Amino acid sequence: MPKDSGIGASSKRREDVRFLTGSGNYTDDINIYGQLYVHFLRADVAHAKLNGVDTKDAEAMPGVVRIFTGADFEAVGSIPCGWLITDRHGDPMQEPRHPVLAHGKIRHVGEPICAVVAETREQARDAAEAIVLDYETLPAVINMKDAVKADAPKVHDELTGNLCYDWGFVEDNKGAVDEAIKGAAHVTTLELVNNRLVANPMEPRVAVGEYNRSDDMHTLHTTSQNPHVIRLLMGAFVLGIPEHKLRVVAPDVGGGFGTKIFHYQEEAFVTFAAKALNRPVKWTSTRSEAFMSDAHGRDHVTKIELALDAENNFVAVRTETYANMGAYLSTFAPSVPTWLHGTLMAGNYKTPHIYVNVKAVFTNTVPVDAYRGAGRPEATFQLERVIDMAARELGVDPVALRRQNFITEFPYATPVAVEYDTGDYTATMDKLIDIADFAGFEARRKESEAKGKLRGLGVNCYIEACGIAPSNLVGQLGARAGLYDAATVRVNATGSISVMVGAHSHGQGHETSFPQVISEMIGIPEDQIDIVHGDTSKIPFGMGTYGSRSLAVCGSAMVRAAEKVINKAKKIAAHLMEASEGDIELKDGRFSVAGTDKSVAWGDVTLAAYVPHNYPLKDIEPGLEETAFYDPANFTYPSGAYACEVELDPETGHVKVERFSAADDFGNIINPMIVSGQVHGGIAQGIGQAMLEGCVYDADGQLISASYMDYAMPRAEDVPFYTVDHSCQTPCTHNPLGVKGCGEAGAIGSPPSLVNAVLDAINSGAGKKVAHIDMPLTPSRVWAAMQ
Amino acid sequence: MKVTMKVNGRAVSGEVEGRTLLVDFLRNDLRLTGTHVGCDTSQCGACTVHVDGKQVKSCTMFAAEADGAEVATIEGVAAPDGTLSSIQQAFQDHHGLQCGFCTPGMVMAAASLLKDNPKPTEAEVRHHLDGNICRCTGYHNIVKAIMAASGQEMPAMAAE
Repeated sequence: MPKDSGIGASSKRREDVRFLTGSGNYTDDINIYGQLYVHFLRADVAHAKLNGVDTKDAEAMPGVVRIFTGADFEAVGSIPCGWLITDRHGDPMQEPRHPVLAHGKIRHVGEPICAVVAETREQARDAAEAIVLDYETLPAVINMKDAVKADAPKVHDELTGNLCYDWGFVEDNKGAVDEAIKGAAHVTTLELVNNRLVANPMEPRVAVGEYNRSDDMHTLHTTSQNPHVIRLLMGAFVLGIPEHKLRVVAPDVGGGFGTKIFHYQEEAFVTFAAKALNRPVKWTSTRSEAFMSDAHGRDHVTKIELALDAENNFVAVRTETYANMGAYLSTFAPSVPTWLHGTLMAGNYKTPHIYVNVKAVFTNTVPVDAYRGAGRPEATFQLERVIDMAARELGVDPVALRRQNFITEFPYATPVAVEYDTGDYTATMDKLIDIADFAGFEARRKESEAKGKLRGLGVNCYIEACGIAPSNLVGQLGARAGLYDAATVRVNATGSISVMVGAHSHGQGHETSFPQVISEMIGIPEDQIDIVHGDTSKIPFGMGTYGSRSLAVCGSAMVRAAEKVINKAKKIAAHLMEASEGDIELKDGRFSVAGTDKSVAWGDVTLAAYVPHNYPLKDIEPGLEETAFYDPANFTYPSGAYACEVELDPETGHVKVERFSAADDFGNIINPMIVSGQVHGGIAQGIGQAMLEGCVYDADGQLISASYMDYAMPRAEDVPFYTVDHSCQTPCTHNPLGVKGCGEAGAIGSPPSLVNAVLDAINSGAGKKVAHIDMPLTPSRVWAAMQ
Repeated sequence: MKVTMKVNGRAVSGEVEGRTLLVDFLRNDLRLTGTHVGCDTSQCGACTVHVDGKQVKSCTMFAAEADGAEVATIEGVAAPDGTLSSIQQAFQDHHGLQCGFCTPGMVMAAASLLKDNPKPTEAEVRHHLDGNICRCTGYHNIVKAIMAASGQEMPAMAAE
């Protein structure tokens, strides 16, 4: 019988009611009396010397309050980068200044140059058209390999070139890897592009700044995945506002997928301008602005070599990747192609020698940072593609080749610096073969062939590092922050509970799943427990939600705080029942004395804590509220095996995804319904990357794909029903819930199997054999490859 | 100019510019913020409402064009006592939403579909949603919820 509440129950989401009735409170729904509107005049060229800005005519337009330019922000800090990479020679990465408004130079299409503040949005927009920019267009650098040439135009004149860093990992492995490849029986080499994507949460970014002169309090309402991180970055590094004078609120947020982690110029602008003008200032991004100002994702160009011995054992992996940083370093950009990518290059396999080289490059494009999976999809894609390619070259079954090389003993220390605590890759592969009905594939292929179509089946495995992250470790790796999280469990006098959590829910359903954990621990109904999140003035602290960390890190903090509450409550219960504390048991919301029929209800104890008439005041304080900070001991390592089945029309190159199956190991699961939903959404984004989505710049740096007319988002007709399973569970060994995280798996695990399936379909036909096609696998690319 | 219309059964009026979009009138003048704006090219469908019983993207219509019309938005879908409609309830039962931003448009689109086609096939549901983008759910549970709201059995593939 499935449970109907607590851990393991598919509790229906309580937040749904407000979203289904139009009662959500998203940032754009916030309107403050007296607010002004800002419109950003953005660059329409990729690279230019900005000689001057003439705002005179615009300032005279109706409703205009003030026009800000780069000169107004000269004394203001640079938008900071949160991660410092040390390159293979021991030198720090190159780190350019990132201004709030462009000053002296324009470095990408979409960069904000002027900010027009007016009484209405339309007035601000109209006035922006009257601004005259004086600039000289410079040659743009778009292609990464061109950008690192000695004579390439420089994105930042003050830097030595466009190379941000040249990172080797693990540098000491290099010699052994080179030797192993030289002596290998077979080496498969694959050059590929991991296409640039735009995260595209359906809610565009919004920021509303407020300032109260009477107490010098700044408030920023913003579409953020991590309000405390924004408070720290913007307060300390950009505007110089101490934490106690800066409140950051992220209310209902309409999806994030990574791109709402980062601190953006628009947030700093509205906070700055609200004080300068002593009125609230609001900015709402249009979708077109989102395409040219939200940090993009992926954009790697990679060469990977997989070396095998005569028995088809993997002996070495060597990669060289060019990773696009865009024009500036976004908040976590440098960490994505390095620590979130290089550390995962072992995948699910016991390859003894691995070396990863990453060259991060500045170009005249929008900054690139974490997008769902962040580095791990790039690692998974190249590894799982090259394995499939090797299987084809060697004439062996791709599933058997993977199985033969699986890591089977845990803990397992990889040659790329991480230690997998637990997993069972054979179990997820077995499960996949069952749920994807491999046995019926040949019959389905024959049916397709009878219709003149080709059918292909592709598989891949994945591993990811989630639960980000152990602070001491990431500190050594260049993180400029700790990556713990915090929670306060506040028990009210009548026994209901408010839990203030540092994680932020923007679709993940924390308001439902977190109370399931507390309900299980204490034995009171879920509806007696509420979650408070997204407001720095209400929660103790928090590093936010990304890297599939909410439950593994913040959930662990919540469990620790709840344990403290229970321990204190047991002391009170012992006093009330005149028993020894060691004999007190808590079950189903009642404290009892072991071996007796004495008991008191949860509510009697909580009431005693707040009305301490009969209470051990000498020994413990009144009240029942505890806070815990939790810093994880290790990453968590979700893993799984995915299969995609496609039907391909050889006449047109059109690919239809017929079946998609996912067998995941997420460790323990709190709410299976929510977990399945996370996987579904991730798979759709993976199908999008593999088949539809591509962010395209022309050679001059114009963004060609800046609307939903040009950037192909997956729609309902592009995807099938998915078959997902998460019954293979090897619980995480080092956090109290045994959970691993499930938010990114679908997006990490799905692109390779789709590409593998299309190649399987093509190569099953009588026509030309094709070794690789770069994503997205549009009909034109597929058809062209087949000719 | 002055516009007058009935929104969720209530007569309303307001002063708008010629260029004011229906969605901006609903959101900014009437403070009916359940209707969302997700793009500026009439592609995403987050702003879907019904105008005189027809499914319309309210970012694609001027407020002035809706003068005299009957407009239905997400705020008017549940019963006055808060009871969810069968479509809204199916979305909750089947986890047909995550961040909730596209949800009002999805519910309005689904209501329009089921009014015209009470027992749609899976393919018909997916086709009808072509103008509504969701980035969270991968559509699986949205399609499932709409099929369930129509009172039909789930295909085996949609079991999970």
